[in-house]
Amino acid sequence: MSDILKDPEIMRQIIMDHYQYPHHHHLKEGDDVLSKHMSSASCIDDITVQLVLADDVISEVRFDGVGCAISTASTSIMTELLTGKTVDQAKDIIAQFFAMVDERDYDEEKLEEAVVFCNVSKQAARIKCATIGWQAVTEMLEEADEKGK
Amino acid sequence: MDLKKIRADFPMFENNPELIYLDNAATTFKPWPVIRKLEEFYTLKSVNIHRGEYDLSFKVSEEYDQTREKVADFLNCQSREVVFTYGASASLNLVAFGYGRKILKPGDVILTTEAEHASGILPWFKVAEMTGATIRYIPQGSDGQIDLKDYEACLDKKVKVVAIAQVSNVLGYHLPIQEMAALAHQVGAVISVDGAQSVPHMKTDFLGWDLDFLSFSSHKMCGPGGVGVLAGKYELLQKTDPYFYGGGANARFYVDGSIELQEVPLRFETGTPPIGEVLALGAAVDYLSDLGMDNIQKAEYELRQYAGAKLAALDNVIFYNPNAQAGILTFNVKGVFSQDAASYLNTRHIAVRSGNHCAKILDQIIGVGDTVRASLYFYNTKEEIDRFIEAVADTSLKSSLDFLF
Ligand SMILES: Cc1ncc(COP(=O)(O)O)c(C=O)c1O
Repeated sequence: MSDILKDPEIMRQIIMDHYQYPHHHHLKEGDDVLSKHMSSASCIDDITVQLVLADDVISEVRFDGVGCAISTASTSIMTELLTGKTVDQAKDIIAQFFAMVDERDYDEEKLEEAVVFCNVSKQAARIKCATIGWQAVTEMLEEADEKGK
Repeated sequence: MDLKKIRADFPMFENNPELIYLDNAATTFKPWPVIRKLEEFYTLKSVNIHRGEYDLSFKVSEEYDQTREKVADFLNCQSREVVFTYGASASLNLVAFGYGRKILKPGDVILTTEAEHASGILPWFKVAEMTGATIRYIPQGSDGQIDLKDYEACLDKKVKVVAIAQVSNVLGYHLPIQEMAALAHQVGAVISVDGAQSVPHMKTDFLGWDLDFLSFSSHKMCGPGGVGVLAGKYELLQKTDPYFYGGGANARFYVDGSIELQEVPLRFETGTPPIGEVLALGAAVDYLSDLGMDNIQKAEYELRQYAGAKLAALDNVIFYNPNAQAGILTFNVKGVFSQDAASYLNTRHIAVRSGNHCAKILDQIIGVGDTVRASLYFYNTKEEIDRFIEAVADTSLKSSLDFLF
């Protein structure tokens, strides 16, 4: 078991830190920047996530917008986790994250701090919050794949 | 009001003993007489109206027509001024597209507020686009209140429609709707009132207040879903086009495409209506009338004052509408996003709403887009408020994450 998972107070602190001081929390402009705006009527969150791809590597992940603690912290943790990964590595990490949220088997090591959301499905209404940023990246990577074809 | 007896009328309480339901602005619980009326319709007389020659259809048609009279009495208008629709949103769209679209010309003005529910304002955005009319907003104080003087200053000959909620679903102030109607009429405008949050909670006097259009939903007043009402002055309904065309709306039609419409209000009730639900709305009207709308308003106001004083006393709370009259309390917990707060309250079995409450342009007035809203109805108790206040006092960023561990 990852060390983080052993201590709920550490998990709580990680989420609070990422919510109060989110990482990569400003957008940038540029021709090489992919952007995805995510908002929905059922969820209050209204965020934009950005990706910069350099060849096969995710060189930057950014986000901004209005979101709850769960969505902000989860997206912030995701930006840390995916920066510098290859597209294939990123897809694998995202798949692990969705597996965790869906209560399927997943690889803790690959998720690092993102394991703090392992119990989010206890409140079904919050799954959307925990996954909104991850969903945005998934969609951008799919769109990039389509274009590359 | 005997709350114990009242609560026994609502099976939701017995079936959800832990739940504290404070989302009544979204929808309300149903009492047995309403549920039984639905069952009675579907088990004993589940037939269509205004068509069949058979006895059962005749009986149900009669009851349907009597329900129209009942609703008219409840609102103080004539029964031919009551249109059954599919809900407040459908009623509001009917006014905008059936009436507004027909009379508005380029340069005309639709006067409204930034606190309107999406269903009260989006139809007018569209109608403005279609007709060349423009939207004008009545200024609101930083607490969201409207000063009659500011309203009056917005009225001129160009204003053809005033579209406004008597009680905002976020702010909960009672607007002086009678005075506002009179002022609108002075410049020749009609007033279309969104009564979704007022009709269920207070006595309505359509005739006495001299309203032109009034829209509301059954499900927010103990009635079933899928039904609503548009009350409209008879002369204005005569000038209004149906929103839907088809069976029931026409008296005759011809191969050249000409249509003779049914009389008002039947021309607006195209297609088979939700008959059982209309009858059950009648049962809800009876239920509320037996309690007395003035008693309901008084009880809700007292409970609101009780809850408001406690909420205002909490250090961790920003309370946006302490002076409102309706049972709608809008607040945030400091440092906690509204959804996180509502989610924490959910872990304490308290149902409240968070977000922008479909009033997406209100943030320009109260300075925040997202809030927590607790909304009361006559069946809520002081004990429920006490438990709600305790839970709000315990709400923090830290506690809102408890569910994860
Ligand atoms: C002020 C106001 N207007 C209109 C509506 C729309 O009502 P319905 O969803 O029943 O059509 C609501 C419901 O939330 C409301 O609060």
